[in-house]
Amino acid sequence: MKDIFPIWEVFIRSRNGLAHKHVGSLHAADATLALQAARDIYTRRGEGLSIWVVPSSAITASDPADKDMMFEPTASKIYRHPTFYEVPDEVGHM
Amino acid sequence: MAKTLRVNETPLVLYCLRRADDALILGHRLSEWCGHAPMMEEDMALANMALDLIGQARSLYTYAGQVEGEGHTEDDFAYWRDERGYRNALLVEQENDDFARTIMRQFLYASFADLYWQAMVKSKDETLAAVAAKSEKEMAYHVRHTAEWVIRLGDGTDESHERIAKALEYCWPFTGELFEADESEKGLVAEGIAADLSSLRDQWRTNVKAVLDEATLTMPQDGWMQKGGRSGRHSEYLGHLLTELQHVQHTVPGAVW
Repeated sequence: MKDIFPIWEVFIRSRNGLAHKHVGSLHAADATLALQAARDIYTRRGEGLSIWVVPSSAITASDPADKDMMFEPTASKIYRHPTFYEVPDEVGHM
Repeated sequence: MAKTLRVNETPLVLYCLRRADDALILGHRLSEWCGHAPMMEEDMALANMALDLIGQARSLYTYAGQVEGEGHTEDDFAYWRDERGYRNALLVEQENDDFARTIMRQFLYASFADLYWQAMVKSKDETLAAVAAKSEKEMAYHVRHTAEWVIRLGDGTDESHERIAKALEYCWPFTGELFEADESEKGLVAEGIAADLSSLRDQWRTNVKAVLDEATLTMPQDGWMQKGGRSGRHSEYLGHLLTELQHVQHTVPGAVW
């Protein structure tokens, strides 16, 4: 089956969640069956209100080998984090 | 070996047992696939459908016990009636055979049960109406899932077409019994408790035909139909199924998890 059925990535929006989150993958012949399989595998315990399935082949991923080049430069730029502002007391919780 | 349960089959008790037995036996059949389905994803799908049906059976057995008033529990009905005491339609006890047979059996039953439970939502019996409201959604999904497979197998390869066509031919003579109602049931229909099964048949045919057409399958003619399950006359397969289903309770009566 794994040889003839493509892989799909599954995204679920939970009851309280605003966005769909990646939960895993599965094999299915086509989009309709992938959606049903996702329902059967990933929403058995009331996890979801909405499901997306996306062919894995449609995802372009960064190369783990490029990790240093891609992500390390940000480590030294702490000023990008919004933690240097003084919030006046009157503003309260933001 | 302990007791075989003697049930006081008043019309409403018998009515509940017939529906409960359909659900339990079909649920058990589906559970036989657990760990054996052609792919993991479908293994889960079949087990999910099995659990829907076993849940329906539990509610209905519990209610049958309340109506009967003899203190019988859901387990008593499931484990301590023999083959002749079971009231399920013959379709649901038929063996799984291959995946195509399992899917076709489920499709034909669910197409019936979906319409049936939709009609039962309006039952004057509050408990049955509540079971119906829950079951109708479950069966609607069984129809959707199995219909997608019927279409793909029918309109798939030569081999898948041949297998699903053979499954259709095998299952068809068992479909008539789903719409049968005896005198005890007709009384409940008159009281507004039970749905009139014969009134569902045209819609069932229309729904089934639409899927078969898309699957490039030919709807069989209604010829001679098998029956007997509703009064305890079963095919050779039910006894073997019950032997397995009841084995633990018959070996260690009262065993619990």
